[in-house]
Amino acid sequence: MSKLAIEGVGRTFPGVRGGNPTVALEPVSLRVEDNDFITILGPSGCGKSTLLRIVAGLDTPTTGRVMLDGAPVAAPGADRGMVFQSYTLFPWLTVRENICFGLREKGMPQTEQREIAAHYIGRVGLAGFENHYPKMLSGGMQQRTAIARALANDPKILLLDEPFGALDNQTRALMQELLLGIWEAEKKTVLFVTHDIEEAIFMAGRVVVMSARPGRIKADVAVDLPHPRHYTLKTTPEFSALKARLTEEIRVEALKVAAAA
Amino acid sequence: MTPLKPIAPGRKAVLGIAFFVVFVAVWAAATLGGFVSKTFLADPLTMVREGWDLFAKFGFAGDIAITVWRVLGGFVLAALCAVPLGIVMGAYKPIEAFFEPFVSFARYLPASAFIPLLILWAGIGEMQKLLVIFIGSFFQLVLMVAMAVGSTRRDLVEAAYTLGASARGVVRRVLLPSAAPAIAETLRLVLGWAWTYVIVAELIGASSGIGHMITDSQALLNTGQIIFGIIVIGVIGLISDFAFKWANQRLFPWSLA
Repeated sequence: MSKLAIEGVGRTFPGVRGGNPTVALEPVSLRVEDNDFITILGPSGCGKSTLLRIVAGLDTPTTGRVMLDGAPVAAPGADRGMVFQSYTLFPWLTVRENICFGLREKGMPQTEQREIAAHYIGRVGLAGFENHYPKMLSGGMQQRTAIARALANDPKILLLDEPFGALDNQTRALMQELLLGIWEAEKKTVLFVTHDIEEAIFMAGRVVVMSARPGRIKADVAVDLPHPRHYTLKTTPEFSALKARLTEEIRVEALKVAAAA
Repeated sequence: MTPLKPIAPGRKAVLGIAFFVVFVAVWAAATLGGFVSKTFLADPLTMVREGWDLFAKFGFAGDIAITVWRVLGGFVLAALCAVPLGIVMGAYKPIEAFFEPFVSFARYLPASAFIPLLILWAGIGEMQKLLVIFIGSFFQLVLMVAMAVGSTRRDLVEAAYTLGASARGVVRRVLLPSAAPAIAETLRLVLGWAWTYVIVAELIGASSGIGHMITDSQALLNTGQIIFGIIVIGVIGLISDFAFKWANQRLFPWSLA
């Protein structure tokens, strides 16, 4: 049985003021196995974030259903950790308190909370910043805290919605390696949405390419590059070949969007 | 001057005090220079002397105490009722839909116009004074608190849900702390308005308080005492404002830039 099964999930938004309804997502099916790292790659507005939000339970599909470990997903829950593109740390909580948010909600004893928080603070390299408030941190540090906060809950699957989209290129590259390192060590199941082709290949075991609106799955490409991965991987011929192929796939979709606009 | 460019704290304080100095200087020039009749406007020196007499001979400290007590009493009562209602209105849209239209309407009913009715219902005792302040503050507070809670960032609420928070957990651990600085700011603002209501309440049917002293002085054409009373209210307002700002900075260090 797959860890996560997306079965014919589609989403249509009702028309605004009597306008035509918008089909954001045509029925999509996707299977995610345990410990998979899957990136969903697509141009802006292809419904990839909508799909991720449906998996998270933050949006309800018009058709189809999402099954996690054989049970249907109906509402958001601690078993699906999420990292957003926007900075969503609670500004009134320190780094440690943010990471403990979900643990406290579960009613875990304080000492245990602190142990788990300390572990993930170390993992994301934020030792010494435990008592900082989010506004005192850079964007990269805030997203690292957000990743630690999601992981601390020990979710069955980690959902990331363009988590590095707002970061500069150098920070973004470091964050990719950091997240990959965590995945290699902790063996999590990950669904990662991005519009960056290089990022999609570098991170993934499988890249799922989505078409322009209305979104559907256009290609499902296995990335058989060895782990652990190092940033130098991005300059190898195998990587370049994959990049060329996916660039072509995405370009066709981007052109469709441009033509429709 | 460059738009929006901040200034040094020392210079800020000097400029702030400078206007008070200019204000008193113009006032002194107009009155001591003989441009304005003493019947209409006392000069600063007379005002200070009258103020001294108020404390020394007429027990003005007692009037101040009773007025402060009324403001705080009415305001605390209003806040105790309005803040919880505003929070549930901001958090739960059906509750907001139920109360909001009426509160919006009631907010425009002038508290001072209720004084005759309140005298009829509650007499001219303390209850009437408290009710004037309550009516004047309650509806404003409810709406502003509801708005503060309702404007919580949606992505923070979603993040809390994905971390396993329940609906109650979201209210308690996201909506409340997120809105807390705005609620404190609302309390500071409305407390200022409560001060105007208490004086109005004391102008009619009171036997003590700063407002009552002002009506008494009017009968005696003692403009020095009237102005002194008004200035005392201003000073108390300024002190409470500083106290609120100081407390907010300590309670919500995370919200400061």
